[in-house]
Parts: sequence; structure tokens; C-alpha cells
Amino acid sequence: MRAGQRAESIKSIICKEHIKENQKGHIEKGLLFTLSPIIIWVILFIVLPLALVIIISFMSRGTYGNIEYKFTLENYMRMFNGLYGKILWRSLVISFLTTVFCIIFGYPFAYFVANVEKKYRSMLLMMIIIPFWTNSLIRTYAWIILLRTQGIINFVLLRLGIIDEPLKLLYNNGTILLGLIYALFPFMVMPLYASIEKLDHTYLEVASDLGAKPWNAFLKVTLPLTMPGVITGSILVFIPTLGYFFIPDLLGGSKIMLVSNLIKNQFLTARDWPFGSALSIILIILTLVLIELYVHAASGDKKKIEVF
Amino acid sequence: MKSKTYKVVSTIYMVLIFTFLYLPIAILIIYSFNKSRLNVIWTGFTFDWYKRLMQDQDVLNALMNSLKVAFISTTLSTMIGIMTSVGMYKYKFRGKSVLDALLYIPIVIPEVVMGISLLVFFNMVHVPSGLLTLILAHITFSVPFIVMVVNARLAGFDKSLEEASMDLGATQWETFWKVTLPLIMPGVVAGALLAFTLSIDDVTVSFFVAGPTSTTLPLKIFSMVKFGVSPEINALSTIMIFITLSLALIGEKIRFSKQNN
Repeated sequence: MRAGQRAESIKSIICKEHIKENQKGHIEKGLLFTLSPIIIWVILFIVLPLALVIIISFMSRGTYGNIEYKFTLENYMRMFNGLYGKILWRSLVISFLTTVFCIIFGYPFAYFVANVEKKYRSMLLMMIIIPFWTNSLIRTYAWIILLRTQGIINFVLLRLGIIDEPLKLLYNNGTILLGLIYALFPFMVMPLYASIEKLDHTYLEVASDLGAKPWNAFLKVTLPLTMPGVITGSILVFIPTLGYFFIPDLLGGSKIMLVSNLIKNQFLTARDWPFGSALSIILIILTLVLIELYVHAASGDKKKIEVF
Repeated sequence: MKSKTYKVVSTIYMVLIFTFLYLPIAILIIYSFNKSRLNVIWTGFTFDWYKRLMQDQDVLNALMNSLKVAFISTTLSTMIGIMTSVGMYKYKFRGKSVLDALLYIPIVIPEVVMGISLLVFFNMVHVPSGLLTLILAHITFSVPFIVMVVNARLAGFDKSLEEASMDLGATQWETFWKVTLPLIMPGVVAGALLAFTLSIDDVTVSFFVAGPTSTTLPLKIFSMVKFGVSPEINALSTIMIFITLSLALIGEKIRFSKQNN
């Protein structure tokens, strides 16, 4: 018996050795072959471009929109005062409000969808995902059709005699907020749904058996347990809001600037690359800080947070 | 089990939210078939706006550009993505976590930043904006997604199958083609479809790296929208919605049907 086992294990050791040897001969070659394309690609098109942006953000702008290679901190100082400070602040407020509204409207929605009868659930889920796959530029345009002065909402209201002259529904902060919520709502609902659906209902039964009112049970049991979903959704909503330049461009007209179209303008119209670069660096730092906070919150919870 | 009021309230709420999500898109599609150019009053059904698009040389060029960029960038990014996934799965090496983190950059940073960083880079190395820069940029944001999807497939991969193949005398190359690749194929196809969809759909990054003669379909829509609402835009948008939706649906189907087996 013992001898047999020993023989078995020796055999397995020999086999493993054999495989290892077999692999060792190839290991350098295989590693180089499979991974050199991606390493070259990442260095060329991710690391190098970002490094350039960092360097340029410390340079000065020449008279003709060129880059003068003189070190300066001016670009960073400039964004915290006056007009630019206001734009940065307004962008953060709008991004924050977008996230909050997505939670307020998305949470009950995800909750209801997760609690419908099983046979309808996958169909409803599909219906949430479909807008998610529709181009957000097109979805923004759809709102212009509805909201413009000669648009459908004004037409209907005029016909019904509710208003006498068309309302100015486009080109204000509220429109941008609406456009961002509309574009990003599915990003909030998906992780919320995932965490609510997973929820173990026995916890709620225990809570109600112990005499908790439904509302209290929700606040003390459901909400804390689905917090990972709320956090994931918030990250997925907040970060893109800072970068969608075409939403403020189209729904805010030319009047209202957010950091995303401010960056765009620095590169395309104002030709102030150093300042645009500095703004981009701030966006990256903000994003990384948020993700760091998120990872921290996730590991603090000792719960795995799934994106989808 | 649940009270009647709960049912009523939840149903009304879901209907309202779905209306909010779908009504704007539905109206956009409906008005692409409206005879009136003024858009609001329904004067009859027509395919005129679609016919007009088919005669518009700019739109056709944009469509061709989009398809070229999507096909080439998807092919290349899928190849790079497979090699990356397999390589990272098979080998342990120093700097693996660094490479992993770098691959996440295009997924997490705001797109506008990625767009300008590539604009700066191409400008510095004197590559003129055009189809080439579009393809390079699209590969850059597609590869991480392909790696992610293929990695998910490899996570459930039985290593002993490869070992068995090698024990039976197959070379690494044969093992890859005859054992590994067929097993990860559903992930590869789903990843490639995802990359194609991302490429066809991209506005932000393309906006910065496209040249004046290399407009893509979404960029064409963007420049048209700036001049106001028109039924042609509705028609073009409807076509785009149809393309991306069918691609995405096929992709999901492949991913989920094979996962259950």
C-alpha cells in the first residue's frame, strides 16, 4: 500500500519535473513572443503619451500657441483662481449631482426590478442594458429633438394651451445635468441591480421576525448590504461625467463650460496645450484618488465588489 | 407575499423610468420616417431621408472610414489581446502587476484625457491625423477590454489539458492552436465584437485623432448635430443604433450560451 503510494508520488514528481523542463526551454521565448507586442504597445501609446502630457503641463505657452520649453507652475496656479476655478468647481458640482440623482432614481428602480417575478427579470434587465449600448452622442441628440424651442415638448405644451410662448429648455445647467443623468443612468442601475439581486432575503425575514418595520429593515439591513453596489455605481457614473465633452457642448450651448470642454478648447481652439495638459493631469489625479478611495472602501468592507 | 400597494407603486415607477429611458430614442427613430422636414408635425411615412443619406458622399465616406477602422483595429487588437491574455496567464514574471495596472488605464481615465494624450503624442512624432492614427488609437482602447473578456474565459481553464497535450509530444505552438485557442474561442469572439462595437461607436477619442478627411460616422453625426436638428441625422442615428445593438446582442449571446456549457 505504502510502496504503491510512494511510487505514485514519485511518478507524479517525475512527470512534473518533466513538464517543467519541457517548459523551461521555451519559457523565455514564449514569454517574449506573447508579451512583447503588448509591452511595446502600452509603452508607445499609453505611457509615452501620458508622460508627454505631464511634461507639457509644466511648460509655458509660446506666443503663437506653440510650446515653449521653460519650466513653470503657472498652468496649475491658473486653474484655481477666477474663471477657471469656477469652471472646475461647477464641473465637480454637476458630476456630484449627476451621481446623487442617479442613486436617488436608480436605487428604487433597481430594487423593484430585482424583486419582480423571476420570469420577467431577465427581460427587464435586457431593457436596462439596451440604452447602455446606444451611443451616448445619439442619446444626447434625442434630447435636443425634445427640448429645443421648436421641439416636441414645446409643441405639445403650446397646443394644449399650457404655455403661450415656447420655453427655453435647452442651454442651461439643468439641461446638462439631465443629459448626463440620461447618459449614465444604466451605469448606476447595473451594479445596483447586481448587489440587490444577490441579497439574501433571510436577513430581511429575520429582521421582520424580530419586529423591525419594513422601512427600518430597509435602512438597517438592505441598504448597508447593498452599499458595494452604490459605491461601484457612483464610480462608474462620476468618472465619465468629467470627460463627456459633447454633452455640455451640445446641451449647454457655447455659454456653459465644464472642465471637459474646457480641455477640448485648450487643444483645438485656444491652442494652449500646457494649460489643457495641466487640466488633464488634475482630472487623472481626481480619478485615481476616487478609485483609491473605492478600493479602500471595498477592502475595508471585506466584501468583493463586482463591477458587473 | 408583497402588498398590493407595493405592486402598484413599483409597477408605476418602473414604467415611468423605462419611459424616460426609451421615449427620447423612440421619438428620434419615429421622426426619421416623417415626411415633414420641420420635424414636429407628422405628415406621413417616408424613406426619403434614408435615400438621401445613401446619396450623400460625405456620409458614405464616413461609413467606409468607420468600417475600415473598425475591421483593422478589431483584428489587430484581438490578436494582441489573445497573446497578452495567454502570456499573462501562462508566465510569471517581474512587472506583471505593473503591466496589469497599465492595461487598466484606458478603461479608467476619462476618455477626453486619452484623446488629448494621443493627439499630443502623434503630433510630437509627426504622424499626421488620419485613418492610421484612428486605427492606432482604437487598438489602444480596445485591447484592455479584449484582455478582460479573454481573461475571464481563461479563469475557468483547465491547465491539465495543455499539459496533456505537451506530454503527448505537441509543441507549444501546436498546443496553442489545437487546445488553448479552441477553448477560449467564445471569449475571443465576444471580445472582438466588443472591440468592434467600441470602435464603431467612439466619439471622444476619435474626435481628437481624426483628420479632416478621415471623419467617422459618429463624428459625422456630431458635426451635423452642431448645425441643428434634421431628419437626416435621425435616419443616420437610427442606422447606428441598429448596427451597434445587433452587434452587442450577438456578442452577448455568444458569451452566455457558451458559458453555460
